[in-house]
Amino acid sequence: MLRKLITSREALLLGAIAVLLGLISLRFPNFVAPSNLASVFNDTSPLILLAIGQMIVILTKCIDLSVAANLALTGMVVAMINVAFPNLPVAFILIIAVMLGTLMGMVNGLLVWKLDIPPIVVTLGTMTIFRGIIFLISDGKWVNSHEMSPAFKAFPRAELFGLPVLSWIAILAVIVFTIVMTRTTFGRAAYAAGGNSHAATYAGINVGRTQFVAFTLSGALAGLTGYLWVSRYAVAYVDIAGGFELDVVAACVIGGVAITGGIGTVGGALLGALFLGVIKNALPVVNISPFWQLAISGAAIIIAVTLNARANRRKGRIILKSAEQPA
Amino acid sequence: MSGSNTATEVANVIPDRIKSRLEQSLKSWESLLMLVAIAIFIANSFASPYFLNAWNLSDATFNFTEKAYIAFALALLIIAGEIDLSVAAIIALASTAMGAAVQAGAGTPVLVLVGLGTGLLCGAFNGLLVTRLGLPSIVATIGTMSLFRGISYIILGDQAYRGYPADFAFFGQGYVFWVISFEFVLFVLLAIVYSILLHKTNFGRAVYAIGNNPTGALFSGIRVARVKFILFLLTGLMAGVAAICLTSRLGSTRPSIATGWELEIVTMVVLGGVNILGGSGTLPGVVIAAFVMGLVTFGLGLLNVPGIVMSIVIGALLIGVIALPRLWSKWKHR
Repeated sequence: MLRKLITSREALLLGAIAVLLGLISLRFPNFVAPSNLASVFNDTSPLILLAIGQMIVILTKCIDLSVAANLALTGMVVAMINVAFPNLPVAFILIIAVMLGTLMGMVNGLLVWKLDIPPIVVTLGTMTIFRGIIFLISDGKWVNSHEMSPAFKAFPRAELFGLPVLSWIAILAVIVFTIVMTRTTFGRAAYAAGGNSHAATYAGINVGRTQFVAFTLSGALAGLTGYLWVSRYAVAYVDIAGGFELDVVAACVIGGVAITGGIGTVGGALLGALFLGVIKNALPVVNISPFWQLAISGAAIIIAVTLNARANRRKGRIILKSAEQPA
Repeated sequence: MSGSNTATEVANVIPDRIKSRLEQSLKSWESLLMLVAIAIFIANSFASPYFLNAWNLSDATFNFTEKAYIAFALALLIIAGEIDLSVAAIIALASTAMGAAVQAGAGTPVLVLVGLGTGLLCGAFNGLLVTRLGLPSIVATIGTMSLFRGISYIILGDQAYRGYPADFAFFGQGYVFWVISFEFVLFVLLAIVYSILLHKTNFGRAVYAIGNNPTGALFSGIRVARVKFILFLLTGLMAGVAAICLTSRLGSTRPSIATGWELEIVTMVVLGGVNILGGSGTLPGVVIAAFVMGLVTFGLGLLNVPGIVMSIVIGALLIGVIALPRLWSKWKHR
């Protein structure tokens, strides 16, 4: 029953994306050409990676607003390492990026787990701290394309079976995390911790530790994306991906992840990210100013979360009027 | 967003002897904060020879007055268990609306009405989303945060509104008496009004009741949804007031106005001892917290510390003030 509901929701979202593409293709048939769709997917890959991490965090009833700052800080560090040691192989850079991101995720996770500080407060704080550190280490300067080594910039763009490596990493992450969330103890624990933390505790699940792991995974994905982002756009500065954390949360909410925890799938996060990605890429095509994008994602968040609230309410069971309902 | 680790929380121990009032007030968060404020004040006056100057100190108040207006209303909202992250975006939208009104030839009284009206409308929108549709306030206001600022970007793009009338400048640049600015007078007035509202009225009691137990409050006859709606309205209104003062002080409007203020305002409220999960907190605490943050940023400014480094300090302050008491109690219970 629950499974059916979730799948139907994803089917609904897939339908919405198809309708969106159909409408655009009426006027601009080139938009739905396979090569363009592939480039839209590639463009959305960073959002997909971060949305997967965010989905896991939200599942455990937390929220991670520091992902974009984590991405920017990792990106700046690896860019500066690349400038200092141009001959360092990309594999090392990748390891450094993931480790650095993991470390930042662990800081968030530890503060939530060991000190029991509300996640929103922790990550609002670390968000500004990470951004501030970028300024401190870079002195506010940019690392530009010509300073980066060719290998550093080539990695995410290299083509493999017709798709860039960036897209393949996103696809791989979707597969890996689908397995992690549905076939491992941690995955079950994450759903349980967010769904009913008391019951989870009595079932022997360490809720705090599960949240810690979720933050760590989110941080690792943000770190990985940090390198990919900086090398793809070939520039690093303090404000890269500014405000991107909102897009990430939006992708999750649109993908049916319940902000109150316990409900959501990797597939939903993927579709939510793709929905936003299609809109973002379609705006310039249909000749709407890019300044509309912020308002559109805001409206999308509100509409999606309203629909979520409706869907969850329909399950019935309310005997006494709860305080959250209109009195 | 709840802390969610309720199962592992230490149960509240009922004390066998109630501490005396004096002891209680001395050990309170507010008096600790007051000490911090005094310490920062003294440190600042040693660190920079320019600090102890009436005009400089008066300038320093502009660092926090506008944010504090919003913090007062937000404190009530957070005590009631909700949050509004869209406040900075409301400033942007209200400022944009006032800019548009200026282009249409509006005078100062109309501008003030436009600013307050936009704030009220935005607050009402947030309130409806939370109380009528039952959305969690944190996501709803993350959504409206993008929406309100997004509308500002749609209207203005990379342009700016200028040309505000000369008498409009009074709100942000005017002085009532010697070095006492209009903004500071308004700060004191609002601090008194909100303190009375929270601590001396039925409405204030209802706010605490809702924050501690919304269902219990509902069954005691409190109109929970209505009180929450009014709190969202007040927060929107205060954002409108802040928008008027900030726009008047800057004399121009860009869609990026007041970026990141929501963080500083939430920090101010939390630093003031308000529980982010709702249920407790005092208005005088928020007032002292406003001074602390104003003094810190002003002191660092005198020492030529760049703005982004100050934001590190504010971020660390936000986490630190919540972490330290918890570390302390953990250490004590060992």
